[in-house]
Amino acid sequence: MAYYQNIFTQVQVRPLEPENGVPVSSNERVGKPFNSYLFGLLGNSQVGPIYIGYVAALSMVCGLIAFEIIGLNMWASVNWDPVQFARQLPWLALEPPLPKYGLKILPPLNEGGWWLIAGFFLTAAILLWWVHLYRRARALGMGTHVPWAFASAIWLYLVLGFIRPVMMGSWSEAVPFGIFPHLDWTAAFSLRYGNLFYNPFHMLSITFLYGSTLLFAMHGGTILACSRYGADREIDQIVDRGTATERAALFWRWTMGFNATMESIHRWAWWFAVLTTLTGGIGILLTGTVVDNWYLWAVKHGVAPSYPQVYGPIVDPAHLAPGMKP
Amino acid sequence: MKTILAVVGGALALFLTIAMFGGAGWTHPPMAAKQIGFRGTGMDLIRTRAGNEALSAANVAPPPADPADAGGEKASAVYENVQVLGDLSAEQFNRLMVSITEWVAPQQGCTYCHSTENMASDELYQKRVARRMLQMTQTINSSWKEKHVHEAGVTCYTCHRGNPVPANIWFDRPVQGEGKFRPRNNSQNLASAEVGNTSLPYDVYQAFYQHKETSEDAVRVNGTTALPETKGKPIQDAEKTFAIMISMSQSLGVNCTFCHNTRSVAQWDTSTPNRVHAWYGIRMVRDLNQDYMEPLTSTFPRNRLGPMGDVPKINCATCHNGANKPLNGANVIGPYPELSHPTIEASLPTGEAKDPIPGTNIPALKPSKP
Repeated sequence: MAYYQNIFTQVQVRPLEPENGVPVSSNERVGKPFNSYLFGLLGNSQVGPIYIGYVAALSMVCGLIAFEIIGLNMWASVNWDPVQFARQLPWLALEPPLPKYGLKILPPLNEGGWWLIAGFFLTAAILLWWVHLYRRARALGMGTHVPWAFASAIWLYLVLGFIRPVMMGSWSEAVPFGIFPHLDWTAAFSLRYGNLFYNPFHMLSITFLYGSTLLFAMHGGTILACSRYGADREIDQIVDRGTATERAALFWRWTMGFNATMESIHRWAWWFAVLTTLTGGIGILLTGTVVDNWYLWAVKHGVAPSYPQVYGPIVDPAHLAPGMKP
Repeated sequence: MKTILAVVGGALALFLTIAMFGGAGWTHPPMAAKQIGFRGTGMDLIRTRAGNEALSAANVAPPPADPADAGGEKASAVYENVQVLGDLSAEQFNRLMVSITEWVAPQQGCTYCHSTENMASDELYQKRVARRMLQMTQTINSSWKEKHVHEAGVTCYTCHRGNPVPANIWFDRPVQGEGKFRPRNNSQNLASAEVGNTSLPYDVYQAFYQHKETSEDAVRVNGTTALPETKGKPIQDAEKTFAIMISMSQSLGVNCTFCHNTRSVAQWDTSTPNRVHAWYGIRMVRDLNQDYMEPLTSTFPRNRLGPMGDVPKINCATCHNGANKPLNGANVIGPYPELSHPTIEASLPTGEAKDPIPGTNIPALKPSKP
């Protein structure tokens, strides 16, 4: 028989009375709570009751409008053929307006107008969701770390789709809505601006991104490994150390000579995650506006090393004098 | 519930695994990577040994016909209406005709171009096109010898490979979303084989391979200074450049580093000499399309033209067929000196289209996908 030893267990707890949490001032939750085996495999098996509220409802309506505009435009672009829509879905996109329209507020709908409308509703949905997150955090008397982390991601989204296009003077600089198209756009963006890997803020963003995954694996692994000693009560153990914390700390001092505390590891992880999109957004914002060719910028500032020539001098044939041999 | 989920999950994982092994087009070792740049720059031509063997086997040049006697009566004296090759001896002329049949129409035979009633007749459009193609071959082997085709040269077989219509040709494609509700898609965002199944613009040949007077800067999108000094090119232009580069990479069966040091694709001084060859190759393709293919628009029948009524045109893949040296770099022009230099001044021929001979059963071109 399964046994219930600590919180980190595969046993699904199903109380007779659904868990309602702490009483809060605005407690307008809807739905009858139920338990789901599938949800229990991933997290708590109890689903609901949920709080919706006007802000979240409006956010979801805006999100749905954006989703519909993007999806219907994609479908229209294969002439409403359902088979082609399914086959080509990863390739289809809603493209921003062409460069000739600049920052025009509403170009013809089929030439980028729909893109602006979809972008407006998607941005509204995301910002409203941020307000929802913030208000729920306050309502529960929590800190606002989660909404601010989300705000960092919103910063990158706004830089790519709004702030940088406005600074460049053209909506055409923004990202298309589409699965492969936005990835190909990203590669083309790097090619256009002389290799984004030489952008120091891109370097920082990658460092924080990979650092985030490393910290997540280290922390998750440590807590799981010590859960039999009560590491799941990690927050208690910030002040009241138990055997789990002692073991975890000793493990890292043994293996890398230094250890985070049960408190500081969460600040590390939070800042790494937040700085990923914060520095990434700065890097994108500088590209094209302040720096036009990151490779040449890196050469100018001694970042890019030079390698010996292995072939004879290669000269641009377009700049050869007429009749001269390459 | 638990058991059912476990079974469903297991079955799904099994099918996905099978699909992954069977359907993903894996490249597997043994590899045949070749370093083509300074160490540490990642400049490698990455291929597999099996892929190299298959590529080599698919690009074998046909053995040349036995040499013919240069003496005797000239072709122009023996046959009527010999406009380009009249200076050859009749035997040399016949040898070339037999070779052309093997190169271009091995199944259809002489009657693919020649009327059975009168071999000298220009009735069939194929014959008039072939005459212009002879001149094109002569131009490639002379005007472009030093800059692109070198000693190897080209014959009809370089492109045709036994097909009356070479396998790799291109047509203009209609622009989507003009004056309809159907949204403009910038001619991109559809899975397109031309650009390696990316969502990049698929209609790039028209912009880069069609006209001799294409701007030198058409393909160049990078800023030439670290900081912006003039208004730069939009990202849409970079996507077009990216697309044409992918198409070249596919046509030649090489990766980006065959020509570029990809840490800065625009820099010439860190590139390989292959990039210079490719640069001239692009100019050659533009010349051939404008001077040799486009004037044939009225010579071809409608069913040989593209959806926009344009003539079939040339790109890198037309000759290269997936190999960086067509026909494994074999010297194919040596045995056919009559194709190595222009033999007449005039540009031949033009004329109205006539239907192909009934019953020759030429496979129709695949209609281009939306």
